[in-house]
Amino acid sequence: MNAEGIAVFSERKKQILVAGSPNAGSISCDQPSLAGAVSQRACVFCGARVVLYPIADAIHIVHGPIGCAAYTWDIRGALSSGPELHRISFSTDMQEKEVIFGGEKKLEAALRELIAKYQPKGAFVYSTCVAGVIGDDIEGVCKKIEKDVSIPVIAVKSEGFKGNKRAGYSAACQALDKLVGTGDTTGISPLSINILGDFNLAGEIWLIRSYYEKMGLQVVANITGDGRIDDIRKSHGAALNVVQCSGATMELARYMEEKHKVPNIRVSYFGIEDMAESLYAVARHFQDIDYQVMERAKKIVAEELKELVPEMKALKKRLQGKTAAVYVGGAFKAFSLIKAFRHLGMRVTLVGSQTGTDADYREIQDACDPGTVIVDDTNPLELGGFLKNNDVDILVGGVKERPIAYKLGIGFCDHNHERKIALEGFLGMRNFAREVAATVESPIWRLVPRRIGRTTAGTSLSTDFVQPRVEAPATKET
Amino acid sequence: MVTTAESKTRQPWVSTANPCHQCRPLGATVAFQGIEGCVPFLHGSQGCATYMRRYLISHFREPVDIASSSVSEKEAVWGGGPALRQGLRNVTEKYGAKVVGVATTCLTETTGEDMGMLLHEWRKDIATNPLAVAEPDVVSVPCPSYDGTHMDGFHGAVRALTQHFAQKCAPHGGIALFPGFVSPADLRHLREIQAAFGLHGTLVPDYADRLDGPALAEAGPLPEGGTTVEAMRALPGCKASIEFGRTISDKLSGAAFLESEWNVPRRTLGMPIGIRESDAFFAAMEELSGRETPADWQHERGRLIDACVDAHKYLAGRTAVVFGDEDLAIGLVAFLTEIGIKTTLVVSGGKSGKLKDGIERVTRSFLEEMPRILADADFRDMEECAESQMADLFIGHSKGYKLARRRDVPLVRVGFPLHDRFGGQRQLHVGWRGALGLLDNIVNTILEKRQDDSPVGYSYL
Repeated sequence: MNAEGIAVFSERKKQILVAGSPNAGSISCDQPSLAGAVSQRACVFCGARVVLYPIADAIHIVHGPIGCAAYTWDIRGALSSGPELHRISFSTDMQEKEVIFGGEKKLEAALRELIAKYQPKGAFVYSTCVAGVIGDDIEGVCKKIEKDVSIPVIAVKSEGFKGNKRAGYSAACQALDKLVGTGDTTGISPLSINILGDFNLAGEIWLIRSYYEKMGLQVVANITGDGRIDDIRKSHGAALNVVQCSGATMELARYMEEKHKVPNIRVSYFGIEDMAESLYAVARHFQDIDYQVMERAKKIVAEELKELVPEMKALKKRLQGKTAAVYVGGAFKAFSLIKAFRHLGMRVTLVGSQTGTDADYREIQDACDPGTVIVDDTNPLELGGFLKNNDVDILVGGVKERPIAYKLGIGFCDHNHERKIALEGFLGMRNFAREVAATVESPIWRLVPRRIGRTTAGTSLSTDFVQPRVEAPATKET
Repeated sequence: MVTTAESKTRQPWVSTANPCHQCRPLGATVAFQGIEGCVPFLHGSQGCATYMRRYLISHFREPVDIASSSVSEKEAVWGGGPALRQGLRNVTEKYGAKVVGVATTCLTETTGEDMGMLLHEWRKDIATNPLAVAEPDVVSVPCPSYDGTHMDGFHGAVRALTQHFAQKCAPHGGIALFPGFVSPADLRHLREIQAAFGLHGTLVPDYADRLDGPALAEAGPLPEGGTTVEAMRALPGCKASIEFGRTISDKLSGAAFLESEWNVPRRTLGMPIGIRESDAFFAAMEELSGRETPADWQHERGRLIDACVDAHKYLAGRTAVVFGDEDLAIGLVAFLTEIGIKTTLVVSGGKSGKLKDGIERVTRSFLEEMPRILADADFRDMEECAESQMADLFIGHSKGYKLARRRDVPLVRVGFPLHDRFGGQRQLHVGWRGALGLLDNIVNTILEKRQDDSPVGYSYL
């Protein structure tokens, strides 16, 4: 396989490479998407919206025409243990009049009525393309309102065209930075952490919190899954920031390190090693204060593995030798998925991400087998071309990638924000393995025109998934 | 904002909460899918295309490729011409686009992009720097998202396509059929009806095969299907046009264009949902073909009436709230009125100003009292209406589910989007057959609720 074999657009050749080949090393990435290439990426607004969305006791109002609010209404399965304001889609639904004469007045009136009616603990105001172009002073409106209400009203600089999704992560981190440090940290334990970069899809953060709490740690703030404004305000009181999905929230962790001296570590909760190592890394951080934290972490891992390993072994027997392609939003998931597939005896032949950085792609190259194709910001033509020419059994991606796989008669696993199945933690690994088997082993592939005679897919396993407990820790009730 | 006398009591919110409509370019991208070899293309920020693809894929469960000029800060300031040209070149050379349907967005409308000039520059560009393949037809439609809804985008794109392709041709006796935003199953049914009358119809647009396609051994970059460019060019030779939808403004109507510019007589009908609205469509087919409705089809109507009789006791006295696109809502209310369900409230995000007239027309002489009508409304408005608190049934798209759940009212899902059910693209709404399916669905929904709520658990209902 060479990179040119899948490069459909000459402009994109440098965004594709093959691990272990002479051209390996640096990949061109973090670039604007190529016009007309049908990128799978979204925009700055999208990046900011996905990071802040799970904060459940704030209102999130989109200042712009209706589309941006309509397409993000309840878009993620980010669960809340209490209030659900984040699941209401608020917009100023900007009209021509506002585009011509300015939308500040409408925004101000909208904010005032919404704060009065819904009594939120905070408000996030998202700027959109049009609000940016006409130059509405959203920050000015927010400040003006903040004087009259007792809650933070925060402008999010998320004009869609001002960069890609990464710029949106940055806008979200800047918005969160305004909150951090404004709350009272009295009574926070020295054995305490914040969980960054988990969005509580399918209740995952409850699972991860339960591991940390079993280790004897206090979780001060979820940033942002099942998040609360007041928790985030006092999150600078935590002893450590544990950061997953580093592309999205590492910038906030850095601000907190600079301003509040909160150190951070990077983790991933996907896959067996990464999940275990996450707990160990956090435990190591606290071992000088309490050596038992590590003991407890080891115990959790041992207990979970005892339950998980037999099933993994059985599934591996069935899936051995199958192949996978992975195209995800953030690169951190890709690292973990490569390892997770190894546990299932499967080989990953293509790995890509929408927003990976040079460092991310180097790490991916180290993690995967030689010959694996690595792509940045791919598109349906490229991805479809690769899948046609390389018989993979499963594509891992999001909703937009799903029909590309299905049209070609290939299995699919949704690893994006619309999934309803917990994939994090040890329980998530089991769910993931079952999900892979459920799709790879479907008998339908024997009847799909493109694969007739080329596959011996068998009977599907049960697709009952294990759900994490859906009630949050009692301390989280608000 | 307030369009009916009755809705004066509505709480005057400044903000919108849980919208009942989408933005203008989305509708345009759907219409563009209905032309063979066409790639929908948004001149705007990358996010618009991606969000709309996701929204459409979740409904149709098919690949939906929408290209974008991926306008960044540089282009927003200095003009998006180079990005547009690069994008057009890429979709033409790599996707093999024969037609590119360009919709502007709120961003490029606000920065004041002059599409006429930009497309002139594009043609100059390909004259000096030739394309590797044949030049595509580029059809553009203005889609300021801050004005109108996805339905205006849909009709606007239909009109732009009609206007772009129409050229002088000999009369050929065909029919131009403008179905509006219906499902792939509806489009197939309309083809079948036309064929039954021996009519050669051109559906504008026809995305049935592109948005509900088969599994293939070999898939090309673009899905097959769609109204051909040749058929689009021959529209002025049609002997008549039929358009579904009473809320379409003339300036967004392809049928109005064919009438005023090419003297193709236009028949505007309601969306053919239910008995009378379908009768009107079949009557038009009889008139245009000079043939009686074939016996099989008359039987289909007979079975529908028979089923409505069988069902009437289950439905008597029931109340419903209907929400969604204006013309779909009018058709649904027409049918509900025929089967004895009283529509108490109609909610739409649409802003045509014609919803009330349409509802009046289909309920007159059947209903003593007009339903309350909320146009330019969202789901919060609906929630605040007493009618939505009392209803036996909600009828509309998936976005009403959250409210239906809170109210413990069953939701019969129709139209677009259906994001929480399977087979939205295969749902048939139009014609007598569509009405029969809808009837089964409504009756069974009511029976299921009654059975589930009953302490007895009757086996016969």
